[in-house]
Amino acid sequence: MCTYLTEKVAVEGSGKGPAGWFGLTEATVYFDHPQHARAEHTLNIDFRNPGQGASARVAVELTAESARALAAAISSALAAAAPGLA
Amino acid sequence: MKEPMMAETISITGHGGDQIEAYLARPLGPGPYGGVVVIHHMPGYDEGSKEITRKFATHGYLAIMPNLHYREAPGASPDDAAAAARAQGGVPDDRLVGDVGGAAAYLRAMPAGNGKAGTIGYCSGGRQSFLAAISLPLDAAVDCYGAFVVGTPPERMPLKAGPLVDRAGDLSCPLLGLFGADDSYPSADQVAELDRALTAAGKEHEFHSYEGAGHAFFNVDRPSYRAEAAVDGWRKIWDFYGRYLAG
Repeated sequence: MCTYLTEKVAVEGSGKGPAGWFGLTEATVYFDHPQHARAEHTLNIDFRNPGQGASARVAVELTAESARALAAAISSALAAAAPGLA
Repeated sequence: MKEPMMAETISITGHGGDQIEAYLARPLGPGPYGGVVVIHHMPGYDEGSKEITRKFATHGYLAIMPNLHYREAPGASPDDAAAAARAQGGVPDDRLVGDVGGAAAYLRAMPAGNGKAGTIGYCSGGRQSFLAAISLPLDAAVDCYGAFVVGTPPERMPLKAGPLVDRAGDLSCPLLGLFGADDSYPSADQVAELDRALTAAGKEHEFHSYEGAGHAFFNVDRPSYRAEAAVDGWRKIWDFYGRYLAG
């Protein structure tokens, strides 16, 4: 199925793409057919900076299980940071 | 292969008079050949879609695939362009109609053409093939598992893709629908509803749903590929276009 559902979030930080590091401005998150991963559906994230062109993108395609594990790991890492840092 | 052919990237006039990129494949003989506008899937103007375009040329059709994401990302790789288009809410319906109309006009004006033009689209392009066929004068249309011809998209979906079934009476040409019985978008119920709407409107159509196949069963590069359904589906396409577009 094509879910089409796309979450979009403003982000601040940097990503490393084919042309090196660049500043990120947004991320789109969607569960849909991947371009490359060998699964019917994956959780896809595009970290982007549209101001620098469509190629300013870092893309990942994760199985649902991997995506949940990643989300938990991000939460754990942030929770473990010293008070006031994160 | 039936016909020697050539393929190239060209520029055509699309919606609003915009010049957009398109991939053209054509038999090298004098014709007359029918024309097919290939509407790529949401992952974009990619290698697999170009291969499909060339396949039509080897079977004796002038085939053109407009790059529907060209405006968002001229010159970008297909996956980057698709990501940019998705982030902006997808391809607007009016722009799709303008781009497909421009592509069909290009085919109809080719000296080797027979003046006929049809469409075929996959996944999101399946819906867009139907959209083109209710919006433009065409000679044949094929919808390969297009979602949201029937049914309302999820509430928060930012993509500009509303249901079209209420406009079934506007269909300008015969329609071939190829679906996977295991697909959820479109579901078997949605396919049946479209079938009923077209019948009620007196519109010529032919639907086939393949058991054991889900979405994107034509896509040879993906785990969703189902050889039996795809091989029979291609046979149905050649038969359908042979009746309405060829010679």
